[in-house]
Amino acid sequence: MSVIEVTHLRKRYGDLVAVDDVSFAVEPGEIFGILGPNGAGKTTTVECVAGLRVPDGGGVSVLGLDPRRDAAQLRQRVGVQLQESQLPDRLRVAEALELYASFYRNPADPAALMDRLGLGEKRNTAYKKLSGGQKQRLSIALALVGNPEIAILDELTTGLDPQARRDTWGLIEQVRDSGVTIVLVTHFMEEAERLCDRVAVIDRGLVVALDSPAGLVSRVAPEQRIRFRPSAPVDDRLLSDLPEVSAVQRTGSQVVVTGTGDLLHAVTSVLARHQIVAADLRLEQSTLDDAFVELTGHRPVD
Amino acid sequence: MHAFRQILRIETRLYLRDLPTLLTTVGLPTLILVVIGLVPSLRKPDPTFDGQTFVSYFAPSLLVVTLAMVGVNTLPSVLATYRERGVLRRLATTPAHPAALLAAQLVLALAGILASAVLLIVVGRLAFGVPFPRHPLGFALAFVLGTASLLALGLLVAAVARTTKAAQALAVPLFLVTMFFGGVYLPRFLLPDVVARIGDYTPPGVQALLDAWTGTSPQPLHLAIMAVIAVAAGASAAKLFRWE
Ligand SMILES: Nc1ncnc2c1ncn2[C@@H]1O[C@H](COP(=O)(O)OP(=O)(O)OP(=O)(O)O)[C@@H](O)[C@H]1O
Ligand SMILES: [Mg+2]
Repeated sequence: MSVIEVTHLRKRYGDLVAVDDVSFAVEPGEIFGILGPNGAGKTTTVECVAGLRVPDGGGVSVLGLDPRRDAAQLRQRVGVQLQESQLPDRLRVAEALELYASFYRNPADPAALMDRLGLGEKRNTAYKKLSGGQKQRLSIALALVGNPEIAILDELTTGLDPQARRDTWGLIEQVRDSGVTIVLVTHFMEEAERLCDRVAVIDRGLVVALDSPAGLVSRVAPEQRIRFRPSAPVDDRLLSDLPEVSAVQRTGSQVVVTGTGDLLHAVTSVLARHQIVAADLRLEQSTLDDAFVELTGHRPVD
Repeated sequence: MHAFRQILRIETRLYLRDLPTLLTTVGLPTLILVVIGLVPSLRKPDPTFDGQTFVSYFAPSLLVVTLAMVGVNTLPSVLATYRERGVLRRLATTPAHPAALLAAQLVLALAGILASAVLLIVVGRLAFGVPFPRHPLGFALAFVLGTASLLALGLLVAAVARTTKAAQALAVPLFLVTMFFGGVYLPRFLLPDVVARIGDYTPPGVQALLDAWTGTSPQPLHLAIMAVIAVAAGASAAKLFRWE
């Protein structure tokens, strides 16, 4: 059974349709990504899931419950990190975590959580004095301090440096491994590729694709390209006869083969059979970036 | 209830950590009292003030200073800041309701007002012979209703202002008007009679405070008006309050 089900969700702000028609289901234990350009309706969607906004249409069910009607129950079981939400300037890290921990029936240990998020040394630092990345990590910690079954993280690593971003990914994987289902709103393709089991791409309030990151890439931009310099002359037809190959071009001494499927294996084995060595071999694959551009017509930020 | 206690504990710490605001809230009226009290002629009984000293006559207006500062200035700007920064929204995602934070702020506002009033009354009594309120029950009533009316107005400001800036834009004129009619800028005997009479009915109702302090029971109409303002502003605030 899905832990989150969103069906034909619709949400307007006055005349502006922020979410037009969004449906997806999140399975237990997965990391579900929500990707999309600025203003696509990602935050609005997860805020409806978190029960912070009332949808104008469609249905949302979380852990089999209604986010508005069963809000009291769900707040114990769902942790939320909001995209734009700060804390009082003078509140210290440990105070914030201990305060939030006190709201839950079965909280995590604030001290352990601080250590896991690299905030141990900052425990007595006021919120105002934290760096952007430290604020972000505190925000993640607050979403996890209730030991939630579902964590909704909006813009998890925005504002973090590359190292902190990787550390946070490691942390999220640990959290997932402990059985928490995670909904992750992100702008970073690398993050989605690394973390997400499945991704919904939202554009202008609509789901334009829903698949695994690899699935999205191969569906939208399946082309792969191999470049190499053959050690001996190769007949083009040797390569173009392969079912995986769609085109063979030459630029100087270089051969460029484009195609789909298991292209690399097909090309290298046919070359090996003819005792040709492929020097300077490079495989260029489409990435989630390309898929994103293809799907939304926008360059992803970063 | 549990969440409220925890939030109150933390908010109290934050309140005590903000030393400048704390000192101003609690100490400013008493400081002004001391400065005025150092002028010998203001410590002499004067027929203009029914035979009281100017210091005694002016003390209730000093109470207005704290009430106005906390009620229509500090309280709405703290709440508006919390809303603007998403503190209330974030709390709404947890099992604690953001109303607990609002309640904690109200408790702290009351505590600050009470501390300030006690300090003023005690220092006035010990240093300058300002008598303790002679009609204690009436004074307590006037004080509670006056405080309630200003806090309710402060909540109303916090309710309708979407941003911190907007809250301040509303709070500052309200503050100035409260102080003016409360006889803080110009002692009330210097104000035109009609202005002073209006001041009897503007929160926090300085005439009722003065009456009770000097011995007669406050006029029921003065008290009733404060109660009406408190209830009306409080109810509108509750109706209009936005958590985000
Ligand atoms: N509270 C609000 N009132 C009015 N309009 C809003 C509000 N919140 C969002 N919007 C509008 O709704 C649309 C969707 O916003 P949303 O925040 O859901 O986008 P998003 O996908 O999260 O964008 P981003 O990547 O920039 O965070 C935007 O056009 C935005 O301007
Ligand atoms: Mg967003």
